[in-house]
Amino acid sequence: MMILKMKKEDLSTFLDAAKEWGELWGPTKREGRVSYAKVDSLSQMDLKATRTIIPPKKFLYPPRFTMFDYDPDGYTERLGDVPRRILFGVHPCDIHGILIMDKLYLETYKDPYYAERREKTIVIGHSCIPDDKCMCFATKTDYIAEGFDLFFTDLKMEYLVWVGSSKGHDLIRIRPELFSRSLDRSDILAYTGYREWKNSQYKVDIDLEGMPDIFELGYTSPVWDKLAEKCLSCGQCSMVCPTCNCYNVVDDIELGSLEGTRDRYWDSCMFREYSLVAGGSNFRDKRADRLRLWYTHKLQAYISEFGKPACVGCGRCVDTCPVDINVVSVSTALREQEVGK
Amino acid sequence: MKKLCVVLDEREVQDNPFQPDMWRIVRKYPLTYDTNFYQARPIDTDAALKFNYIPGQFAMISIVGEGEAPFCISSTPTRPGMLEFCIRNVGTVTGALSAIKENQTIGVRGPYGNGFPMEKMEGKDIMIIAGGMGAAPLRSILLNILDDRDKFGKLTYLHGARTPADMLFREEFLQLKQREDLTCMLTVDKDDTGKWTEKVGVVTMLFKDLDPIDAKNTYALVCGPPVMYKFVMQQVVKLGIPKHQILMTLERRMKCGVGKCGHCAIEYLYTCIDGPVFSWWDVLHMKELIGRGASDATVA
Repeated sequence: MMILKMKKEDLSTFLDAAKEWGELWGPTKREGRVSYAKVDSLSQMDLKATRTIIPPKKFLYPPRFTMFDYDPDGYTERLGDVPRRILFGVHPCDIHGILIMDKLYLETYKDPYYAERREKTIVIGHSCIPDDKCMCFATKTDYIAEGFDLFFTDLKMEYLVWVGSSKGHDLIRIRPELFSRSLDRSDILAYTGYREWKNSQYKVDIDLEGMPDIFELGYTSPVWDKLAEKCLSCGQCSMVCPTCNCYNVVDDIELGSLEGTRDRYWDSCMFREYSLVAGGSNFRDKRADRLRLWYTHKLQAYISEFGKPACVGCGRCVDTCPVDINVVSVSTALREQEVGK
Repeated sequence: MKKLCVVLDEREVQDNPFQPDMWRIVRKYPLTYDTNFYQARPIDTDAALKFNYIPGQFAMISIVGEGEAPFCISSTPTRPGMLEFCIRNVGTVTGALSAIKENQTIGVRGPYGNGFPMEKMEGKDIMIIAGGMGAAPLRSILLNILDDRDKFGKLTYLHGARTPADMLFREEFLQLKQREDLTCMLTVDKDDTGKWTEKVGVVTMLFKDLDPIDAKNTYALVCGPPVMYKFVMQQVVKLGIPKHQILMTLERRMKCGVGKCGHCAIEYLYTCIDGPVFSWWDVLHMKELIGRGASDATVA
């Protein structure tokens, strides 16, 4: 992979120039909450923020969008009205999340809606400072080698810039004079120093090794019922999780009209209707069953199939769940067979 | 862990897998008081032969303005050019389908799912066991085997319904009893008509009237309500049919049919692309396939 060097003060100039390709979006802070917003320049972004409330999946697969317009003659697909966006400041965990979404949506039966947005989005990663909720060390998603177009690692005086795609390279070619290929010993030492420092910052230490076996052994464990007593089935964990992809589809119709839209919106397996079938039979009527499905998917099934968890360690469930049910508390409860307060 | 069955990659996949094609309902008539039979043909006649399916697969059916839902295919691919469905009125889409008239259109996309392993089943004896609505997907394979009769061994069809009035395709199956190239046994839980000429009792009761079978050479295909699996499986396992030759086709909520929406997930599998046909070994191995507890008692 091509790695370039950039002076820190040149970032603003580069991003201004990059806007020629598309809208610039980045993490911004409003009333203490961080979210991705459309910005005019670097100065509006908060690059020190650890995590946004909603992961960047919302750009690739929005909370609600129209798949088809329909009338009595049939369904017409609605594609092509997506703007080109540059997402700046995406952290390694979220890029790992995007890679999991890519696997799901772009392989076997490619989803044209996801594919269009993915193609029209440039992902520029940025190194981050772990806080007390980050678990990417345990999920091995603390560094990233693919899935981005450019990745900026902040080494105090300069940036090291990984060029991950031809599209990313094109972006650099807008202002090639800002980048240099001459990397020397001090750059390497600065980078290894940065890694050592980052690795020492983690406060959460969870062990996800052996989770498939622990889930299997604990399938009927009362731990699930105890967790279910606390769970509100609110589904917020699904909304904020970078790897939750489930969706529902509805046909919306204008009253008194024969035309309407087929819309797709985020769903959660925490909702009672999730596994309900015609005739009222529900495969996961109990809250404990639904809770177990969510965590089985992330920490057992995905590991069994792909050798790594479908948790990227972003810590959003830790931040969001109102009753403290999250990857840390659930994996600990299963391991210790006890539910913490 | 290996996926059970992925036939998708070899198939031609259209650009937008969610795009329904319009089909016309050419025949519709009631099978029971709440279940209708539908025969549909594509409006674009070129599409008729492109819908290559195998028994056990399903289609997503849309009613403009009402929504979309998955339905198993009840017709056989040996009679191409049309699709047949058997649909009970129990919800929004099925309610709209129940109100639909002949010559009206529906959206169809598919076929989806793995279907039955037709090639592996060739030359084998086939035992089909249907309970209630379970006849809807199993009629496809039954008719397919009858159309390709020489390719298969002995054929047994067992079908249970609540009452004679509840039995799907009742006349069609009664006529099968005239044929000498299959054993067809029909039963109802309760005969409230007094005119029922076949058996009375649950479907598992039919097993005692079976001729001895060549278990190692037999495939058992089962579909019915969850409660039926519990009892039928005990019987089928007792006959000595190997676990991977006991197949069932399952139902789940689905919004896409192509492994995206997540609703039909069971551990690491999606019912829509890895199923809906699963084996008895899958059930023992996966726990949630036919409901908690159904396979708990089985250790060996």
